[in-house]
Amino acid sequence: MLNYLTLILGCQLAGELAVRAAGVSVPGPVLGMVLLFCFLLARGSIPKDLATTADALLNHLSLLFVPAGVGVMLHFRLIGNDWLPIGVALILSTVLTIAITAWMMAWLGKGAGGND
Amino acid sequence: MTELGDIWVYLSASPLAHLTLTLAAFQFGAFIYARGKLNPMLNPVLIAVIIVVTVLLLTGTSYADYFDGAQFVHFLLGPATVALAIPLYRQFDKVRRSALAIIASILTGSATAIVSAISVGYLLGGSRDAIISLAPKSVTAPVAMGISEQLGGLPSLTAVLVIVTGILGAMIGPFVLNMIGVRNWAARGLAMGTASHGIGTARAFQVSELAGAFSGLAMGLNALATAILFPLIWGLFF
Repeated sequence: MLNYLTLILGCQLAGELAVRAAGVSVPGPVLGMVLLFCFLLARGSIPKDLATTADALLNHLSLLFVPAGVGVMLHFRLIGNDWLPIGVALILSTVLTIAITAWMMAWLGKGAGGND
Repeated sequence: MTELGDIWVYLSASPLAHLTLTLAAFQFGAFIYARGKLNPMLNPVLIAVIIVVTVLLLTGTSYADYFDGAQFVHFLLGPATVALAIPLYRQFDKVRRSALAIIASILTGSATAIVSAISVGYLLGGSRDAIISLAPKSVTAPVAMGISEQLGGLPSLTAVLVIVTGILGAMIGPFVLNMIGVRNWAARGLAMGTASHGIGTARAFQVSELAGAFSGLAMGLNALATAILFPLIWGLFF
């Protein structure tokens, strides 16, 4: 377990360093995901303990957003001043983005995923 | 009384209290969510945030003090993002077969998110600060904050609006998808990840691993797409 946690952190660290060195605006962890994915491609299978470690992290993915979400308390006033444009823009834009992306993918990628 | 005071001083200085508060609030949210049969309206992040903010306001605790403890949970976001490579690899055959469809859908979704957020904010008279800060809302927090900062927005406001968008997407996304009649898990996941990044992805994983894998992929690709498209689209407006 521990060596795979080290591998995951190592991929993140390598991602952060590469992003900083190249000055691109992709987040380090996203690049780390690509690195880990390449490792899996090269290896051809997922080590059982790596799967356990990853599933443990991903099973509670939503918990990890709570501390950043609590930051809303810093901006009550700013959001209060502009609540109408902010609120309507967030809701309309989220609905439109979900509908258009799903509709495009369902139309272009017929048979890509099971209807189960 | 002094003893109680000492205990309070100890607790408010140690990360333990705020870490426990975060976990307990989330457990409560997750319990309600499970009791409600994963009804998207009972989003556990939203419930946890409301509880924690209420407790902090009642005890007069600042966000900075809270974050000193909660940062240990926050830190795990990075490794969790890296770990998305595993479900992605499990679904790689399906991803490879529809690579072009995926790229085209995410590019369209990314542009839709940016253009619609800017134009609605602009039409309703939002301040320039508010519009820049909300425009990159669909993309994962570190990218969104970077974009907002580059154009003179408020990165910390952007971080909050990104989380709100994630919660909104996780709450209303399933209804929107049912309404337009898209039942395909790959398409549903891709839409959730493009519009509402990691929180949408967390919701997608709870209902289907295939949807979760596509959602995680969409989150990563949309980070890339937005970083490229955003400056171009912003230039058209301002």
